Amino acid sequence: MEHTIPEKHYLNEATGWKSWLMTLDHKRIGILYMIMVMFSFFLGGVFALLLRWELISPDKILMGPEMYNQAFSLHGIIMIFLFIIPSIPAILGNFVMPLMIGAKDVAFPRLNLASWYIYVIGFCFAVYALFTGGIDTGWTFYTPYSSETTTAVIPILTAAFVLGFSSIFTGLNFIVTIHKLRAPGMTWFQLPLFVWAIYATALIQVLATPVLGITLALLMLERVVGIGIFDPAMGGDPVLFQHFFWFYSHPAVYIMILPGMGIISELIATFSHRRIFGYKFIAFSSLGIAFTGFLVWGHHMFVSGQSDFAAVIFSFLTFFVGIPSGIKILNWMATMYKGSISLDTPMLWALSFLILFSIGGFTGIILGTLSIDVHLHDTYFVVSHFHYVMVGGTVMAIFGGLHYWWPKIWGRMYNETLARIAVVLIFVGFNVTFFVQFIMGTQGMPRRYATYLPQFQGMHGFSSIGALIMGVGFLLIAIYLIHAIFKGKPSGPNPWKALTMEWETPSPPRAGNFEGAQRLTHGPYDYDKVVPENALKQYKTL
Amino acid sequence: MKDDAAQRHILPLNLYLAVGSGLLVLTVITVAAAQMDFGQMNLLIAMGIAVVKATLVAMFFMHLKYDNRIYMLVFVGSLLFLGVFIIFTMFDTLRRGDIYEEISEPYLKEAVIYRTAETGTASSHAAADSSHTAAEAETETTDH
Ligand code: HEM
Ligand SMILES: [Cu+2]
Repeated sequence: MEHTIPEKHYLNEATGWKSWLMTLDHKRIGILYMIMVMFSFFLGGVFALLLRWELISPDKILMGPEMYNQAFSLHGIIMIFLFIIPSIPAILGNFVMPLMIGAKDVAFPRLNLASWYIYVIGFCFAVYALFTGGIDTGWTFYTPYSSETTTAVIPILTAAFVLGFSSIFTGLNFIVTIHKLRAPGMTWFQLPLFVWAIYATALIQVLATPVLGITLALLMLERVVGIGIFDPAMGGDPVLFQHFFWFYSHPAVYIMILPGMGIISELIATFSHRRIFGYKFIAFSSLGIAFTGFLVWGHHMFVSGQSDFAAVIFSFLTFFVGIPSGIKILNWMATMYKGSISLDTPMLWALSFLILFSIGGFTGIILGTLSIDVHLHDTYFVVSHFHYVMVGGTVMAIFGGLHYWWPKIWGRMYNETLARIAVVLIFVGFNVTFFVQFIMGTQGMPRRYATYLPQFQGMHGFSSIGALIMGVGFLLIAIYLIHAIFKGKPSGPNPWKALTMEWETPSPPRAGNFEGAQRLTHGPYDYDKVVPENALKQYKTL
Repeated sequence: MKDDAAQRHILPLNLYLAVGSGLLVLTVITVAAAQMDFGQMNLLIAMGIAVVKATLVAMFFMHLKYDNRIYMLVFVGSLLFLGVFIIFTMFDTLRRGDIYEEISEPYLKEAVIYRTAETGTASSHAAADSSHTAAEAETETTDH
């Protein structure tokens, strides 16, 4: 069946740059976020490639040690604060969540727009820091170094501080939206799991981010007026900074992964054409993760001088965070079991997620083991662990989500063949880059060094080749996705025959989302009760 | 709507007076307690009374008791998380000295670090050792 693009939709109902910059439409704000966040991803990616280039050889290629310190700090700061934390909630959460619950918009559209502007202000501070001395503390800003280095610490702290508010605004908005604006008849247990995940994320954003604000503010006071809270010479305690920092930043890793897990739940159900297995377990395990995530921050501090007593407790508690993640993985596999699986591009991203995130999660448990972490801390093993969870997890999920909802966002389809090639490139490139880093880590290669012992050259070189493959993959994705916006084939309202509510409106949707009030007629995963027309979509093999 | 009803909720004057005098009595107790020395319990008692007072204010003057229960959840939840942060951090800060236990009972008596600990000034536990002079002990009170 040939589809056409509806005559009027949110993209052309108002025109001119002012209609974008002053928009209150959650879908347009999602796109504004997409532009900024993806640009940040590109910037962070450039720094990543520079780092891997430098590491091809232990000798100096591009930059000396000082430059290298700046490059990895900027890579980390951009990727964490500007890309991965806002990514899924601010782009896809904004665009899709209100559609999924049958709402016309989020609860506070102006607050939503404000959060984007605040993000832009934070972004500007970060760029300002980049051009006024850079930053060489790493994304963790550990004292005492961060209170002494002469680089632009204050601007970058301001950036992170401001970005935190953007994150809080989004979280607050989503909590109220999910409580108040669900379509009539949609109970909590009829919410799509992506909405549950966004909800759990929003709770962490609201609860944890203020602590980051306090931490950064204290660090600024320490630098500017020397209050001494982290300075032992004045009775302060540098390790206290790490407590403050990780009380936010461990929960923050769940701000990064939970929405990704939400996307995966949608993808697995849609492309297995099967009722999701263990709905309530998946929903509650999100809340479980959100809660237990607050009790384990000390596992980043096993060798910081933290007391043995605290280290033992944190190590013990860390094992519990593996449980909710494990529950999810097993439920997804049970959903696929005996499902009728179609391997469209979004599903390929979801399968990559399952494999890579499992590796990331298991290595997290290894690192959480106190005695082992004493050896592995600050080695490439840790670097590899967190790239497996953040890139192998969150980035796979966001690209899966972008490919899944691209036809909803733009009304047009991308080139399926190129898209599959890109998944393979990314999957292979990722493993080539990071798997060897586990091995280097166990052999004692420390992280954050511009050089290394000659015996690591083979593995470092191999890793750099992987980074190049990934770079090519992401470039390819950018090309065909942007091409699809203008030239793609019209996709119709529901190309994947999914049952969640965002597919019940034309693609692209109208400014007000739905014609009239939306009513719930079936649950999000009722594949056993409702057969969407043409349910077993024929798919073209390569 | 329920929320509006909660906002209009008016408590009898007597209740306000009762809570108010309760707070005054507790203030008197605070002052009285501050005059006495309960040793380690000083802080606990002062904080305990303060918590009771704050609870009274939040419950009755700020209407938390009669409002939608979600506000109670948010309020108690925030306190709980603050508690987790402070208590878990104290697991570290209060027990950092533990590591010096090892020095008082070295596993390997001949290890170099223990030799310096016995002759040098590093260990506070050495202060308990009767062979040390009072002067030495004074310089060694760093990690109590
Ligand atoms: C299965 C659950 C997980 C466990 C048990 C776990 C455990 C750990 C541990 C113990 C460390 C500290 C290692 C060290 O520094 O010596 C660590 C580091 C890290 N983890 Fe995880 N992790 C888990 C999941 C995640 C997830 C989902 C993310 C993010 C999406 C993540 C991101 C990070 C990051 C960024 C670091 C390094 C921070 C730094 O020092 O720069 N982890 N993890
Ligand atoms: Cu952690």
